[in-house]
Amino acid sequence: MFRQAFFDEPLIFEMSRDGRVGVLLKEGRASAKKGGLKERDSSLERILRGRLNLPEVSQIEVVRHFTRLSQMNWGIDLGPYPLGSCTMKYNPRLNEDLAWLDEVQQVHPNQGLKNIQGALELFYRLDRMLSSITGMHKFTLQPAAGAQGELTGCLIMRKYHEKRGDSRDEIIIPDSAHGTNPASAAMAGFRVVEVRTGEDGCIDLELLKGVVTSSTAGLMMTNPNTLGLFERGACEIAEIVHDVGGLMYYDGANLQGIIGRARPSDLGFDIVHLNLHKTFSTPHGGGGPGSGPVGVKEYLKDFLPVPTVVNKGGGYQLDWGKPESIGKIRGGYGSFPILVRAYAYLLSMGAEGLRLACNIAVLNTNYFAKKVSVIKGFTIPFGGAFRKHEVVVSAEKMTKETGVTALDVAKALLDRGLHSPTIYFPLIVKEALMFEFTETETKENIDKYVDTLKEISDKAYAEPASVKSAPQHASVSRLDEVRANHPKTMRLSYRMFLKGQE
Amino acid sequence: MLKSHPYLPNASSALEEMLRDIGIKDVEELFQDLPKFTFKMKEVPREPMDEIAVKTEIMGMLSKNTVYLNRCFMGGGPWFHFIPSVIKHIVSRGEFLTAYTPYQAEMSQGVLQSLFEFQSMICELYDMEVANASMYDLPSSIGEAALLCSRVTGRKKFIIPGSLPRERKGIINNYTHPQGLVVKEVPYSVGDGCIDQEHLKEMMNRDIAGVYIESPSFFGTVDDSMKGIVDLAHDFGALVVAGFDPLSLGVFKPPGELGADIAVGDGQPLGIPPGLGGNTLGIMACRDDIRIIRQMPGRIVGLTQTKEGNKRGFVLALSTREQHIRREKATSNICTNEALLALAAAVYLTLMGRDGIAKVARAILDNTKYVTDKLKSAGLMAPFFSGISFRDFTVSMRDVGGVAKKLLKRGLVGGRDLSKDFPDLGGVWLFAVTEIHTRDEINTLVSALHEIAGGI
Repeated sequence: MFRQAFFDEPLIFEMSRDGRVGVLLKEGRASAKKGGLKERDSSLERILRGRLNLPEVSQIEVVRHFTRLSQMNWGIDLGPYPLGSCTMKYNPRLNEDLAWLDEVQQVHPNQGLKNIQGALELFYRLDRMLSSITGMHKFTLQPAAGAQGELTGCLIMRKYHEKRGDSRDEIIIPDSAHGTNPASAAMAGFRVVEVRTGEDGCIDLELLKGVVTSSTAGLMMTNPNTLGLFERGACEIAEIVHDVGGLMYYDGANLQGIIGRARPSDLGFDIVHLNLHKTFSTPHGGGGPGSGPVGVKEYLKDFLPVPTVVNKGGGYQLDWGKPESIGKIRGGYGSFPILVRAYAYLLSMGAEGLRLACNIAVLNTNYFAKKVSVIKGFTIPFGGAFRKHEVVVSAEKMTKETGVTALDVAKALLDRGLHSPTIYFPLIVKEALMFEFTETETKENIDKYVDTLKEISDKAYAEPASVKSAPQHASVSRLDEVRANHPKTMRLSYRMFLKGQE
Repeated sequence: MLKSHPYLPNASSALEEMLRDIGIKDVEELFQDLPKFTFKMKEVPREPMDEIAVKTEIMGMLSKNTVYLNRCFMGGGPWFHFIPSVIKHIVSRGEFLTAYTPYQAEMSQGVLQSLFEFQSMICELYDMEVANASMYDLPSSIGEAALLCSRVTGRKKFIIPGSLPRERKGIINNYTHPQGLVVKEVPYSVGDGCIDQEHLKEMMNRDIAGVYIESPSFFGTVDDSMKGIVDLAHDFGALVVAGFDPLSLGVFKPPGELGADIAVGDGQPLGIPPGLGGNTLGIMACRDDIRIIRQMPGRIVGLTQTKEGNKRGFVLALSTREQHIRREKATSNICTNEALLALAAAVYLTLMGRDGIAKVARAILDNTKYVTDKLKSAGLMAPFFSGISFRDFTVSMRDVGGVAKKLLKRGLVGGRDLSKDFPDLGGVWLFAVTEIHTRDEINTLVSALHEIAGGI
């Protein structure tokens, strides 16, 4: 039986004892002078702070504390983590070793181009590789995450239209899109026009024709979409949008489903962002850092953020001379250690490996979909077409018949040592459970999910209360969300927690 | 065709059986709805390279990067600070490294509690009540803070110090301009590089949503009269955003004590290696004001308890602010953040503790004073701006171009040319010293600069 580790672990502040230190650091390493700061510089007095309330803990306690916390946490290293649209694949350890080299971690962006040629070469080659995978002309590796890539792409759309003296303020986004799409479009100053998904789970072309106008700056699309379906109308959609002068934006969150088989450029896209922490295997780190490179077709290349890396025979240079550029979107040139990992992944896979990875990811999804579709209480909405890298299962029937919801199913999975899929997304599916196993998962583990969902279904129909009380074997049982969010009881820091105790 | 790969367990043995269960003969059938395109990904190696070859290739390429460590004195960030060994081992644990955003709280208490502790220690450092679980970096945090000020006050103007580097101004602009915010610059005083308060007084009015102050300034100077700016901004109903270096807070008054409403910062100095400037972490915190808290961007972890009430536990709180629920009405588009680097910062702050942070800050202050005194006695104008400098400091060497290049020839890194960002500051160069630099190393820099300046 599964039982997740649980330690009755205090907050690090509660472990503090006066005078303990976690690391040895000699007072004033460089200074020979002793004495207080005030004596040395009287002007300091006005701005010196009082006591700083940080914990005082010895080194072994720090190591134990965070090790125990880690044991109360699930990761891909422990088992499947099938969050849909998150592409939680294996994070190769080779890539970690390379990312931790001093030549990666211990370099300064302003130490002279001659002394960072290795980094610039890697940037350049990675850009070329991503371009040849997507059919784009040029990539910027600057954006810190997918959502920042989206903002970059939207700013490029904005600048492109502005430059043409064309004021367009609308971006069309399907209702199946990730929440970041409308949020990014809004941040870039656009009005969001939502287009409904048709009965086949794809964008309804007739509805789309009705919303495109001369105000359409572009359309943001995820393909395969969040139902795991390939948007068959992709090329026609691009035509409709291009005909009114809009641009096509590709959200690369789901590139896994078509990588090596279709390039976004083939499908009519003009701007692409990729998530290196999804398709290209870099670790998710409990929420980040990620990396969201943005690629564009040739006619948009001058709008990319500066600087871009260019190869001027004999050496790599940073090209800042782009008057049309949207400028910078973050400090530095990009998440270098993440880029190294993605580059190592691409070498480890090769073009053949990428194609095979796509095949296996899609195979895994459809194998699972086939098996899960016959389990009582679960359905797969939006038709029987083969899925790509992910599949959305609905527990609506089960909820109606037994009261057991998608949330309950998710928690019951945790109890059996299986991480839950993404739940309640996309919003267009009721009681949604969105599974993405990725190509790095074994058949045995997928079978385990199928068997477990079957068992949960049996339980739901026999004794639903036992499902609704899950989880009992995770580190903690269900948590009080109301308490966490109510202004009177919310505790967002140790300080607030102490105040609440008073 | 490739038949097996270490990252693709089902490519070999399970394939046929899975196809049979799906009811198809060939994988190709799964892609029938996809138009057929033929293309080569010609920039990607055709076949997979083995582990030995990948290592050789990448290590060979990266050997063209030079590692300077203690010989780097470059100002303006990122910086080479002391990094305790424990950090790498904690952030490399697979349970942290290979997890994602803790959507399933019951199975993700480790990430949640450590992020809660990160938030809590940031609150102590900045003297704030609420912090989020990280932003991308400092510049985007300032941009997000400006938008936050606008949402809270309903006003559309934001003031930043003219002393910000061009890059930072550009990023702030990319975050604010599309939403119709107007960003105005208050000039810095030529004497001490800090905000010219008289000028700010003239600029203030009731259209200003917020004022951004920074400490130390980009020039490394610390303003001892920031309280005046905070009070001035508040008199006009504007919010104050304070961008403070986290290590400087080991000695200096924190944003909360000065009365700031929102604090931001660059978390890289907290135990994170420079990584070519791509290893950053944005810090963002605010005071206990529900109007501001509800408008905060980013993930926030809250402490709660189990429904039975018998155990403490942690969850993502106030998610109704976020994009996955509010979509275009969200407070920000941020989803993936810098969680693992926030964990690194949390481990750093825990290891250093109360005394460690103060010691590091004092060592930096000592070293900055030591190096500027030395440069002065060598006949150089350092710092160019008067007053206290922390870590970053300016050196004026009129008529000497290419200081950075000349230093590189001597195996040293330093001397950011300020004229690129501030045309008025021709001949002024930005350097930094941290707690890692010994007196000998600093003396080497001083004699090199003395030589470059022509032995004046």
